[in-house]
Amino acid sequence: MIEINDLHKSFGSKVVLRGVNLNIENGERLVIIGRSGCGKSVLLKHIINLLQPDKGYILVDEIAIRKVGQKDLFFLRKQFGFLFQGAALFDSMTVAENISLPLVEHTNLSQGEMDRKVAEKLDLVGLPGIEKLKPSELSGGMKKRVGLARAIILDPKYILYDEPTTGLDPIMAANIDKLIVRLSEQLKVTSIVVTHDMQSVEKVADRVVMLHNGIIIYSGTVSDLKTTNNEVVHQFVNAEAEGPIQPKPHKY
Amino acid sequence: MVSFITRIGANSIRFVRQTGEIFIMLGKTARYAGQIWRTRKLIVEQLMEIGVKSIPLVIFVGLFAGAVASVQTAYQLKGFVSYNYLGAATSVAIFIELGPVLTALVAAGRIGASIAAELGTMRVTEQIDALEALAIDPIRYLALPRILSGFIMIPLLTVIADFVGIMGAYGVAYLNLDLPSEIFFGSVKDFFTIMNVMSGIIKAFVFGGVTAIVGCYVGFSTEGGAEGVGQATIRAFVLSAALILLNDYILSVILF
Ligand SMILES: Nc1ncnc2c1ncn2[C@@H]1O[C@H](COP(=O)(O)OP(=O)(O)O)[C@@H](O)[C@H]1O
Ligand SMILES: [Mg+2]
Repeated sequence: MIEINDLHKSFGSKVVLRGVNLNIENGERLVIIGRSGCGKSVLLKHIINLLQPDKGYILVDEIAIRKVGQKDLFFLRKQFGFLFQGAALFDSMTVAENISLPLVEHTNLSQGEMDRKVAEKLDLVGLPGIEKLKPSELSGGMKKRVGLARAIILDPKYILYDEPTTGLDPIMAANIDKLIVRLSEQLKVTSIVVTHDMQSVEKVADRVVMLHNGIIIYSGTVSDLKTTNNEVVHQFVNAEAEGPIQPKPHKY
Repeated sequence: MVSFITRIGANSIRFVRQTGEIFIMLGKTARYAGQIWRTRKLIVEQLMEIGVKSIPLVIFVGLFAGAVASVQTAYQLKGFVSYNYLGAATSVAIFIELGPVLTALVAAGRIGASIAAELGTMRVTEQIDALEALAIDPIRYLALPRILSGFIMIPLLTVIADFVGIMGAYGVAYLNLDLPSEIFFGSVKDFFTIMNVMSGIIKAFVFGGVTAIVGCYVGFSTEGGAEGVGQATIRAFVLSAALILLNDYILSVILF
């Protein structure tokens, strides 16, 4: 279980999060929606302590992740798979080396066993046989999926997906959605999915929350989402140009 | 005027703070000394990258620095001291000053800047965050191999620079002054002390560490995309060159 409590974060004078409260139950598939730049990625990074809050705290299995020493922090992080928005593959390494790095660093598996696991995960994300390629040879969507294969190589308890289907064609996106559901159902993984792909939301979410202006303004099921009378959520979900959210004119 | 003074003040504070943070980084890296064996593959990679691939450049610089030192020294000796002492005068200068300082400055350009650019790119493309997320400490995985290689390889490169530097010096002595090799190398030998060479190597050890640590520090603290990486490269060179010259002065006072 992950408990996010009154989380505040600013970068310089730019306030991004101003009091996020959110609990994620074990086994749940939570989807976080919100406009670009509203702080979804920033929120995810706080969960594994890649960013530290200015105020507030996060408990992972009742442990305050901010407070633990490096050894415990790494122990906790091993239970997380994190898919970065930009995949964040190591560009000096091949696909296979990328995916197997956590195995090399944290397990005593033989090369053969590692190769087998890598092949299995590549299969799972729909990219069999690309072990020897370098990230620079992959398309954006392929990088994403390799990033996902790397994120799940240690069979984590929690998986955090930052826009897993952005940049994928609709069929591949549907496959990834299916994979997210399958991982959660078969392995009882807890999933937090950041997305603005509404199709993906419908297929994946047990519960949807919306981040807006630095706080969670909505929490409910997918069917609630469609009938909500919250105007902000309504405009976002139905992709309407008219409504309370307006593109801000740039200040110069 | 006031703003000028404020700026000097602010820059001095920044310099002191960065120096402090660089020591903290060195301390954090040193904590992983016990894991050198586990990290050997990455270390060997960096020994090649930092050391072996710098050899051509160091040979080039060493050769010409030696030649120039020889010409300059000959000019200063002319009419006062016999050219028989040319070998001694030049070689001492090469061993204690030119070899280590020029090697380190060249390394600051080539190695320090490339470390900063590589790690800076990794920082802005979230690859360093990805290491953290995979429960791998970037200090052990990235900084340790580079810093260790800096400490090991700059002294070795300095030995090479010393050697080719003296060759360059002799080349000039032979071509311009017709100095026979027995006289040139005889005087090198007569004035040769192990202390001179060692003091140069101690300097090189410090400079090598400084260059690599600065490269790592600047790389890790890069912000803001491709432009930030470009800035980091420049900053790594400037900061390590400044620290090399500062340390050169301090070490010269301590060692002599
Ligand atoms: N390391 C950082 N330094 C400064 N500003 C940042 C940093 N990371 C994110 N931001 C800012 O925080 C805001 C939210 O970013 P992000 O979480 O990436 O948005 P999104 O919801 O699209 O994922 C953006 O305005 C971004 O510019
Ligand atoms: Mg984002």
